[in-house]
Amino acid sequence: MATLERSAPAAAHVHEEVLANGLRVLIQEMHTTPLASVWCWYRVGSKDESSGQTGVSHWVEHMNFKGTTNIPRDKVKGIIEQFGGYWNGYTWIDQTTYTETATRDALDRMLFIEAERMTNCLYDPADCESERTVIISELQGGENDPDTLLDQELTAAAFKAHPYRHPTIGWLADLQAMTREDLYAYYRRFYVPNNATLVVVGDVETKDALRAVVRHFGHIAPGEIGRRLPTREPEQLGERRVTLRREGTTAYLKIGYHAPGFGDADFFPMLVLDAVLTGAKGINLWASFRTPPPQRSARLYRALVDGRLASSVMGGIVPTAEPFLYMISCTATAGTPLARLEEATLAEIEAVRQHGLSAAERDKAVHQLRARLVFENDSITNIAHQLGYFETIASWRLVSTLRERIEAVTVDQVAAAAAERLAPRNRTVGWFEPLPVSP
Amino acid sequence: MTTAAHRGLAPSRATLDNGAVVIAKQSQTTPAVTLHAAIAAGVVFDPSDRPGIAHFLSRTIDRGTRTRPADAIAEELDRRGVSLAVTVNRHVVSLVCTCLVEDLDTILAVLADIVRHPIFPAEEVDTRRGEIITLIRQDEDNPATMASEGLLSDLYGAAHGYGRRTRGTIASVEGIDRSTLARFHQERCAPGSLSLVMVGDIEPAAAIDAAAAAFADWEAPLPPPAQLDPVPPQAGRRVRVIPMMNKAQADIAYGFTTIRRSDPTYYAHWLMNNILGQYSLGGRLGDSIRERQGMAYYVYSALDANVIPGPLIIRAGVNPANVDRAIASIDEELSKLAADGPTDQELAESKQFLIGSMPRHLETNVGIASFLQTVEFFGLGLDYDVRVPALLQAVRGEEVHEAARRTVDPGRATVVVAGPYSGQPA
Repeated sequence: MATLERSAPAAAHVHEEVLANGLRVLIQEMHTTPLASVWCWYRVGSKDESSGQTGVSHWVEHMNFKGTTNIPRDKVKGIIEQFGGYWNGYTWIDQTTYTETATRDALDRMLFIEAERMTNCLYDPADCESERTVIISELQGGENDPDTLLDQELTAAAFKAHPYRHPTIGWLADLQAMTREDLYAYYRRFYVPNNATLVVVGDVETKDALRAVVRHFGHIAPGEIGRRLPTREPEQLGERRVTLRREGTTAYLKIGYHAPGFGDADFFPMLVLDAVLTGAKGINLWASFRTPPPQRSARLYRALVDGRLASSVMGGIVPTAEPFLYMISCTATAGTPLARLEEATLAEIEAVRQHGLSAAERDKAVHQLRARLVFENDSITNIAHQLGYFETIASWRLVSTLRERIEAVTVDQVAAAAAERLAPRNRTVGWFEPLPVSP
Repeated sequence: MTTAAHRGLAPSRATLDNGAVVIAKQSQTTPAVTLHAAIAAGVVFDPSDRPGIAHFLSRTIDRGTRTRPADAIAEELDRRGVSLAVTVNRHVVSLVCTCLVEDLDTILAVLADIVRHPIFPAEEVDTRRGEIITLIRQDEDNPATMASEGLLSDLYGAAHGYGRRTRGTIASVEGIDRSTLARFHQERCAPGSLSLVMVGDIEPAAAIDAAAAAFADWEAPLPPPAQLDPVPPQAGRRVRVIPMMNKAQADIAYGFTTIRRSDPTYYAHWLMNNILGQYSLGGRLGDSIRERQGMAYYVYSALDANVIPGPLIIRAGVNPANVDRAIASIDEELSKLAADGPTDQELAESKQFLIGSMPRHLETNVGIASFLQTVEFFGLGLDYDVRVPALLQAVRGEEVHEAARRTVDPGRATVVVAGPYSGQPA
């Protein structure tokens, strides 16, 4: 495995600095291309939202692209594009993040944009209203897809106490009711340097980059965040079921199990277990789901897809700050009853719960995951993402330990995780049953 | 074997004696190599009465060879963490994967075997037929797909190589069996229709030698080029609604046929499209429909200048109550661009963006491989990455204006709306 030794752990040469205002800064020099990537992460996501305000984190993210005191609304367009750059952002359950990747000479511009975003966004009332309908359009576009709809309903049924239960996009009634003041207050509460991590990776000199960061962010005052009180989801006592019957052409099955959070001992055994069942997805939310997993020899693929019961099967466990779900998703082949697909899926789950897995299966899964780590570190954008992502849910230092933690997983740990986590009482089963489409 | 190399990205290119083209580029960011094989066996080669063969081939070519059963291929790839993506577009079937350098020889041998010796086992063909039928059924429930495919069908005709559905119809797919696939493979897959790009941590000469070892003894006659019907003229405006009343949002696909990739006005059209529906959050269309009017989460335009005049497609997803207003806004933006052309500032910004974004597009192995396949397919030259900036810089405002006048006239637009909408837009 000589060449795998060169799969440079992403965090090997990271410079870390915490400014006086609490902003954590991570800089990694990479001189392979004349580019720089900046990510600014906030520890705020849909789990921080209260009832009546679901979707506010994501709506705030949208508003933070709409001009600031020093970037007038009509100057937003082109501000990074003139450097050949790309910018974007995303919101999920634990985090909100913003990114720019552009030529290295744009570093100062990227830092300026992020400092402005942290302090000076406008929240023009007309823009808030216009964005309300954009987000509702985003929600309705998602609902056009039965798979997305089922995912949302299943997640809501699987959690009864933890705020991971509501979708990041929010519930429609909340999106219709929230005001500009709700958005602005939320923005001011969470967008403070002591709640943020700024990551710079690329063709930069650490000293110069740090000096520029201090110039842009050093003067920003910290704030009181006022976190919600923590809630632990009560242990699930029995199987739950959700059945959607709507017009459509295709049947879908999902099974969600309460899963370990990233900090739990059996997170990595579950990651290996998922690779055994459905192929290794890797561990980079920004990159992993863009390429299909190697899954032709995975247990559920063999049983369900080669068995002609499903046209696709996918599993997913993602590193999260608190325990979320391990979700298995299948598309039934035309004519296959969902009961039969569910029975076959659960038979495979029971087999791994009862009999564990072979050493060869464990070795293959581990090798797949190690290869994915290499493939997913192929750009400065991906590397920067990983540092910020893990700092937001745990610690950036863990990025360099991912490989050894995957390699340390034993057959017995995977078997124990399967027996415990995939128990019937821990699952929520979702069916999308298509009704005939009206002419 | 002949080789050539240039400055810039400076890939090495070799044509094997049997006609196969191999292009290699070294990049040392990760200890991995991306393999991207393209075979001229795309949807345009489907017989017009049997659509879906090329797509069916893409789903079955890697399901068993003379010497490797499907399970053995799956095992050889999976245990190295390699997922082979086989996709099809109008002109080519592409096989793309990334592997660790240490696995390159094995993966290249498997890839060559898949390309050269597939046997399409009956059992596998039956299984994948079921998957394809499920995919077609999913497409029929997807307003975005229905709108896009409906538009291409209306622009080119349902039987035309650019207008037919990639996956075919359930009836046609039910009629495709192993002998149909084997015949299609024999007719279309040959060294003369293959180009293989390899990008990663390997010396170009070694990469070309490895490719030669895998492909040089392949002998098969050169397949004939695609015979494509002329593009039907667009006389007036056409609007079609595909009601899908069980959905929450309507999808609009609005488009035109445009130009060939080899057309001298290609760079003017590229800039025109960027200004219209790409730059920043969707160009002028994004400014109007998303930013000012808040009607859509996504709106953009895409230009596909191709072997024959390809389409320019504008796409938007909107609430059904906003369909008429969104289409009127698209009309308005197109009319303005066709009447007045771009502003100097827009032109300068789009040039700067397209030129400046090249290092980003050429950062990863996968990105470089895809770029080099495009270069090879359209015969753009190995120094194309170096020449792009000057080609864009040379475009004048009036040329972009002329491209808009010639291409995006709302009076000749074809529009398809799919979703919970039963009106009849103008």
